[in-house]
Amino acid sequence: MTLMTMIVKMSEGLGKTCAIFFLTLLFSLPLGMLVALLRMSRNRIVSAVTRFFITVLRGTPLMLQLLAVTYGPYYLFGANVARNKLIPVVIAFAINYAAYFAEIYRGGIESIPVGQYEAAEVLGYTRMQTFLRIILPQVVKRIMPSVTNEVVTLVKDTSMAFTVSYQEMFTIGKQIANSQTSFLPFVVAGVFYYVFNFIVDRVMGRIEKRLDYYK
Amino acid sequence: MTEIPQNGAPSAPILEIRGLRKSFGDLSVLKDISLSVEPGNVVSVIGPSGSGKSTLLRCASFLETADGGDILYDGQYAMKDGVYASKAELNHCRTRFGMVFQNFNLFPHYSVLRNVSEPPLLHGEDKEEVRERAMSLLKKMGLEGKENAYPCQLSGGQQQRVAIARALALRPEILFFDEPTSALDPELTGEVLKVIRQLAEDRMTMVVVTHEMPFARAVSNRVIFMDKGVIVEQGHPEDVFGAPTQERTKQFLRNYQS
Repeated sequence: MTLMTMIVKMSEGLGKTCAIFFLTLLFSLPLGMLVALLRMSRNRIVSAVTRFFITVLRGTPLMLQLLAVTYGPYYLFGANVARNKLIPVVIAFAINYAAYFAEIYRGGIESIPVGQYEAAEVLGYTRMQTFLRIILPQVVKRIMPSVTNEVVTLVKDTSMAFTVSYQEMFTIGKQIANSQTSFLPFVVAGVFYYVFNFIVDRVMGRIEKRLDYYK
Repeated sequence: MTEIPQNGAPSAPILEIRGLRKSFGDLSVLKDISLSVEPGNVVSVIGPSGSGKSTLLRCASFLETADGGDILYDGQYAMKDGVYASKAELNHCRTRFGMVFQNFNLFPHYSVLRNVSEPPLLHGEDKEEVRERAMSLLKKMGLEGKENAYPCQLSGGQQQRVAIARALALRPEILFFDEPTSALDPELTGEVLKVIRQLAEDRMTMVVVTHEMPFARAVSNRVIFMDKGVIVEQGHPEDVFGAPTQERTKQFLRNYQS
C-alpha cells in the first residue's frame, strides 16, 4: 500500500474524528458549567455528590469510561450495543470533559474578587444579571488558557475511540498498521493531529486576543 | 449647622440606625450603634482600624448581615429589631443609597460609560436620558473624554471618580464612602477628595469613612469617632477635633497630629 492510499483511507476517518471533537465540545462546555454550579451549590449534599462524580470521572481512565458507556448496557441489561458508536463515544467524552471543564470554571469563578459581587449587588443587579453580565465574561477571559489546554488534549484523545472500534482516523490507521505491518500510518496520524492542533491553537489564540481589550 | 431645617421643622432622617449590633464569631464588631443622617448632612466616621467603621457602612448597605437593631431608610424599616424586611423592600431601600468602595470595584470588562450607565438601564430607565446623565456626571468628575476608556487604562484616582459617577447615576438620596482614598497614593487622594467636597457643596447627603482628618474636619458637618465597636464621641468637627472630651479621642487624634 502506498503512502498516498494510506493518507486517503485515513482521511476518510477524519470526518468522524471531527464529529467526536465538535460534538464533545458542544455538549461538555455547557454541561461543565452546570456541573460547576452544582459543585459550588450551598446545598452540601448536592455539592458532595457532584464532587464525588468529578473525582470518579477524573480519577479513572477515559478508555475505561468509553468501554463502560459503549458495552455497559449490554453487560448490565443485555441491551444491544449501539449500532452507531458515535453516540456512546460522544456521551463518554462529553461527560469526561465536562468534569474537567467544571473544575476549570469553578477555579475561574472563585478567582473573581468578591468586590465585583458587592458592587453589582449595591447597584441593583439581580443574581442572574450579576452572573451573566459581570462574572461570566471575566471568567471566560481568565480560563481561556486552561480551556485551550483541554481542547488540545481532546484532539489527541479522540484517538481513544479505537478501543470501541469506532472508525475514526486513528482506528483506521491502526488497522492499516496491523494489516501492512507498517509504522507509517502512525506517522500519518501524528501529522494529522499536529495539523489539527495547529489550527486549534490559532483559533484559540485569536479568541484570547479578542478578549485582550482589558486587563 | 448640624441640622438643615426645612420649613422650620427639623427634616426627617434619610438613614436612621438604632442599636445596631454585629459580631464575627466571638468578636463583637458593632455594639449598640445608633445614628441618623438628615438630608444634606455630611457625616465623617473616623477611628482606628478594626473600630467597626467599615462594618457599619457595610451593614447599612446590606453587604453584611447585622445581628440586631433597626435600620430605616426614609422611615421605612429595612431591619426591625434584627429582622430584615422582605427582599422587595430591601431592593427598594437599596435604590436610596449609593456605595463607593475602597478598591473602586469597577467592572473591568466595561468601558467607563457602560460602567456608569448600565445600572440605571437595567432599572428600565430611558436610554438617551441615562446617556446624557452619565456624560454629564463624568464631566462633573473631570473625566471628559474618558467615556470609552477601560478602567485598567485609568489612574486609581480616575477609577475612583468613575465609581463615584456610577453610584450617582442611580440618583441615590445618600452616598456611602468606604475609605475612598485608602487605596490611592497621596497625589491622587487630593483629586478624589476634591470631588467629594464638591458634592458636599451641592448638598449631597453623605457618610464618609475616612482616615483623612483635615478633610473630615473641613467638609463634614458631623464627625463620629468610633473605637472597638462603639461611638466614643460625635459632634461638630470643630468640637471633636478642636476640643475632644473623651480621652480615647484625644489619644487617637494626637497620633494624627504628630
